Amino acid sequence: MLQSLFDGILVGSILSLGAIGLTLIMHILRFANFSHAELISLGAYVTLTLDATISGMSDLLTEKLPQLSVSMSLILAMLLALLITGIFAALIDVLIFKRLRDNAGPLTMVFASFGIGLIVRNVIGLIYGLKSTHYNNDIAFAMMISADPLLLVKADQLFILALTLVVMVALHLLLTRTSIGYALLAVSENPELAQVNGINLAAMVRLAWMLGGALAAIAGVCYALNNQLSPVMGRDLVLSLFAAAIVGGIGSVYGAALGGLIVGLASSLALLYIPTGYKPAMPFVIILLALYIRPNGLFGEER
Amino acid sequence: MIGLISYLTFFLTIALILAIAVLGLNLQWGFTGLFNGGIVAFFGAGAYGIVLLGGPERVDGLGGFGLPYPIALIGGVLSAGALALLVGLATTKLRHDYLAIATFGVAIALESVARNAEYFTGGAKGLSGFERPFESFIGNPFVYSLAFLFVVCLCVTAVYLFLETLVRSPFGRLLRAVRENERAATSLGKSPPTVRLISFVLGAMIMGLSGGLYATFYAFISPQDLAPVLTFQIWAMLIVGGSGNNKGAILGTLVVWGSWVGSGWLLAALAPQEWQLYAGSIQYILIGSIIVLTLLARPRGLLPEKLSQMHYTRQHVLAHTNAREAP
Repeated sequence: MLQSLFDGILVGSILSLGAIGLTLIMHILRFANFSHAELISLGAYVTLTLDATISGMSDLLTEKLPQLSVSMSLILAMLLALLITGIFAALIDVLIFKRLRDNAGPLTMVFASFGIGLIVRNVIGLIYGLKSTHYNNDIAFAMMISADPLLLVKADQLFILALTLVVMVALHLLLTRTSIGYALLAVSENPELAQVNGINLAAMVRLAWMLGGALAAIAGVCYALNNQLSPVMGRDLVLSLFAAAIVGGIGSVYGAALGGLIVGLASSLALLYIPTGYKPAMPFVIILLALYIRPNGLFGEER
Repeated sequence: MIGLISYLTFFLTIALILAIAVLGLNLQWGFTGLFNGGIVAFFGAGAYGIVLLGGPERVDGLGGFGLPYPIALIGGVLSAGALALLVGLATTKLRHDYLAIATFGVAIALESVARNAEYFTGGAKGLSGFERPFESFIGNPFVYSLAFLFVVCLCVTAVYLFLETLVRSPFGRLLRAVRENERAATSLGKSPPTVRLISFVLGAMIMGLSGGLYATFYAFISPQDLAPVLTFQIWAMLIVGGSGNNKGAILGTLVVWGSWVGSGWLLAALAPQEWQLYAGSIQYILIGSIIVLTLLARPRGLLPEKLSQMHYTRQHVLAHTNAREAP
């Protein structure tokens, strides 16, 4: 029970990061982006490559932080990967989604997002191989903070929780204390009205993609630290991300954060009662319940 | 020669069975603008439905009622419809991409049920031992496969004629009205959510028929057959062929299924040994690229939708006005 609660919060906080970008794009551009979860895989794998490059430069960087299986080079690699994933997301928009947006309806973009997801996932599989990997071999023997059979906690997991918390607070400050954050919130509330007030819609769309990509990359690194890297990690998460976005209410950043925690907890607690094999079906049950009971989500507006 | 003909028969049978699912998607997406992200779920419901109802009795689980074939087939089609109703009732009143998410989810949920609920579905082993109708009566397997292809052709024709009649009927115009301008349709006293629900369930039942025929052809169904890639393949077939055009749907099926089978054959024959493991990935990239590039370069497909614009052309309107003013 205690273990399920802990695991649920851990997975939930990772889902929250992934769902924020999804909900922003889904609201501003009005389409469900099924390739969003591939940004999670991309961020995780770009970090893997950069980590290998950076750690080759200096022995100092490869040393693990105390108690953790995370090195300085991994953190540096993650920071670079945020940028790369963010730019990649914005680039895909310019190359594909923007053209479809101009010429066809939002559902055409949904079609294309499936195609893009399929391509990205399998290209990652071609480059890195289909087998799952770890950032380093120490992760399997990671330091346990609590080895009580009732509650197993790894130091890495506390690192993940701390990291997601820091990112959430930073995001909150960005959205509530800076003018660019206000502009983004305004656009996600009402794109037309925001434009009337002189906000550059195209720039905000770009920002939303970059932000979503960067958050997804962090989520990817956290997920890989907690589990492993695999080309299908994004595909395995995509439905949970949608569940989080729908439960929270499409367009609500805070809703997505809370929705991620709810989906994570619900999926983890449900496993106490149902066989593990049904785990992939849980997000669907949550989505269906949310749509029947509260289709606009916790913080969504009626539309 | 016999080898070539029997391979061609096999290829065409599978392609035409898939064409039925593509026609079902054309009703949903092409004519109504409904996004189905989990075609494989309705395909699978039909397939499992028919094997459970019409298959031999199972010692270790439910099902195997040995019902006569037509009743089992109808049962499979109805179970696909019931599944569509469950999803459709939750989503047809909401934002359009909710249907995409819910259908995508139902496919994943159904696959995990197929894998795990051994009592119902036989688990990963699947359900085998289905007796194909008239197989022992015909005897010769080659003649049987030709006869099967003929029956599949009949089914494709029947579905094609049904859809052509449907889209030319007042209901078909209603579908397009909902697709093009929901608000205008509402203002004329129509109920877009109901129209969408009917179209979605009908389309899903056609996909169920396709799944039922597929399971009959292989006399076997397992979770392997419910892989998500089938959904993408069927989309590619419709988009390439031209959504909103039933002939295009069938043409697209043949083109895309031909390139899928052909690319698999080429990769197996030409790719070096160490690449064989990745042949699947390369084919997935191919399907993804076909979807994205067709949407970008030729969004209306090979055979675009023909909207009857005769009533609205200038000459026609003039001719009408003149005719009225003449006397």
